[in-house]
Amino acid sequence: MSPAARPPSDRVRVTASRGRAPRHTMRAVADELSDQTALGDLYVRGLMRAQLRLAASLLLLTVLLLGSLPIIFAIVPQTREARLGPLPLPWVALGVLVYPATVLLARYYVRASERLEAAFVDVIGRG
Amino acid sequence: MQLASVFAIAAVALATVSVGTLGLRMSRATSDFYVAGRAITPRRNASAIAGEYLSAASFLGVAGLVWQRGIDILWFPIGYTVGYLVLLVLIAAPLRRSGAYTLSDFAELRMESRPLRTFASVLTLGIAILYLLPQLQGAGLALRQATGWPTWVGAAVVVVVVFIAVAAGGMRSITLVQAMQYWIKLTAIAIPAFVLLAIWARGHTGEVDFGDWAIPRTDPIGLYTTYSTMLALCLGTMGLPHVLVRFYTNPDGRDARRTTVGVIGLLAVFYLFPPVYGVLGRLHLPQLAPGTRLDTMALQLPAAMTDGLLATVLTAILAGGAFAAFLSTTSGLAVSVAGVIDQDVLRPLLARRTGDDARGATSYRWASALAVVIPFVLSRVLEPLGLATTVTLAFAVAASTFAPLLVLGVWWPRLSTTGAAAGLAVGTACALVSLGSAFLRWTPEGWAGAVIGQPAAWSAPLAFTTMVVVSRLTPHRRPPHTNRTLNRLHTPESLLPP
Repeated sequence: MSPAARPPSDRVRVTASRGRAPRHTMRAVADELSDQTALGDLYVRGLMRAQLRLAASLLLLTVLLLGSLPIIFAIVPQTREARLGPLPLPWVALGVLVYPATVLLARYYVRASERLEAAFVDVIGRG
Repeated sequence: MQLASVFAIAAVALATVSVGTLGLRMSRATSDFYVAGRAITPRRNASAIAGEYLSAASFLGVAGLVWQRGIDILWFPIGYTVGYLVLLVLIAAPLRRSGAYTLSDFAELRMESRPLRTFASVLTLGIAILYLLPQLQGAGLALRQATGWPTWVGAAVVVVVVFIAVAAGGMRSITLVQAMQYWIKLTAIAIPAFVLLAIWARGHTGEVDFGDWAIPRTDPIGLYTTYSTMLALCLGTMGLPHVLVRFYTNPDGRDARRTTVGVIGLLAVFYLFPPVYGVLGRLHLPQLAPGTRLDTMALQLPAAMTDGLLATVLTAILAGGAFAAFLSTTSGLAVSVAGVIDQDVLRPLLARRTGDDARGATSYRWASALAVVIPFVLSRVLEPLGLATTVTLAFAVAASTFAPLLVLGVWWPRLSTTGAAAGLAVGTACALVSLGSAFLRWTPEGWAGAVIGQPAAWSAPLAFTTMVVVSRLTPHRRPPHTNRTLNRLHTPESLLPP
């Protein structure tokens, strides 16, 4: 059947215009953020809490690893005189080992906190 | 002996001035002066921060104190390094996102209060001058040790070189200078350390008994001092005026974090070396030359372990490195002091006089002149304390004032303006007691001396608690735009409209 032969129909196909429909992309929630809505605040508070938890657990770990050393030296006298090969243990611990440990903690923190932010951006992007 | 050291010091000074003035051609706008137009990569910024941070206290002070007091001093460099970990975890990215250039800017932006800004500016000046004093005094001592010249010469050289570098190029050239100075300092402390270790290894015979010197203190006062010092250094780092300025030059919060990790790595490498001098000094330098100060111990060590040309060259390298330390820390502090004087004192004055057309760069140059001359005059008037002692006091002040303001400001929505002001006031008052007793040489024996001499363990918690309690009592004094500010501090830049 040729198009010309098709009988005129009352029915009209209705579709949503692609151009005017609100886009469900980043803008939507990103606007919530920049427009200071309660929802935007809520999203950021969630991220803040996650970051604060990460920071607090990292600081706690640092305090446990590092802050315990003077106490350990005080209550376990053997550690004060112990040797690591030819060198005294307290000097090796405080003069050398502490530094790579700090660098590792810092690197771990940066990765973890960038992951939190990436997840946040992802959620906002899907919202 | 003299000639080689003078030559090394002159070379470091000349390099600083020439790299500094090189920056002049690159910096045109006032924002270049302040923050290098914010276009500095994390790697170079990390070198610059480390270069600026490693002061005379790190280069000479720690070695001298280890020589004198033994293993407990190892906590100083640990604290200087872990301070950056605390800063990284608590404030690095949010602070960069706040867009604050100085601590005063942060106080005004977060607390929305002009009086609090003024308070923060006064505190910044106080801490910076406290930190500048030992740099200038140390420069005088180092030059006297190397050449026999009076102490004012060394301080004057630092003042002139820093003024030229800061006023000529501002922040961009300073960034180049500082990055270069980290590597100068690392080389200058590492090479003599390896050579001296080799000399020791060749001549050494059997076990050495160091006695109590090598064993950690375990009496209650010793433990208190260790923990209080650690708290001062860990919390104080974030409140030092020249540290915050550097974070502003990162492009965004993510880079601010990466820069901080770089800084920690660079500091970790550097701090392996100062204790080496302390230990070698213990072996080969039973007594300091009469009339010299503890802080010049490392400079005396090469001559005690070897002689002839080698000793001369090693001393010259150390003297040059020490001078790099004085120059870089002084210029970093001078930049931030100049920033405060310019923004909070000169600019408003000039604007009132001339309408609004005061030239930014001119007023900045006047500010940098004041920023080096005031500490110079003070350093001549005040009797010097030890390098590391004075620097640690500056950390303690920062830990009991700016640290609570920054941490609570970044993480706690309920912080009120009154609470912040009350906390700063309490922290300042505690710090003044400790400062006063140190400068008046009033040091009681036993517990009283330890508690006043190293106040951070009680003054920092007291300042934090005051801020929290007073904020709870004055909820109506919360800054009206707290939510907006916190959103800005914590939202990744990729989600913000450009």
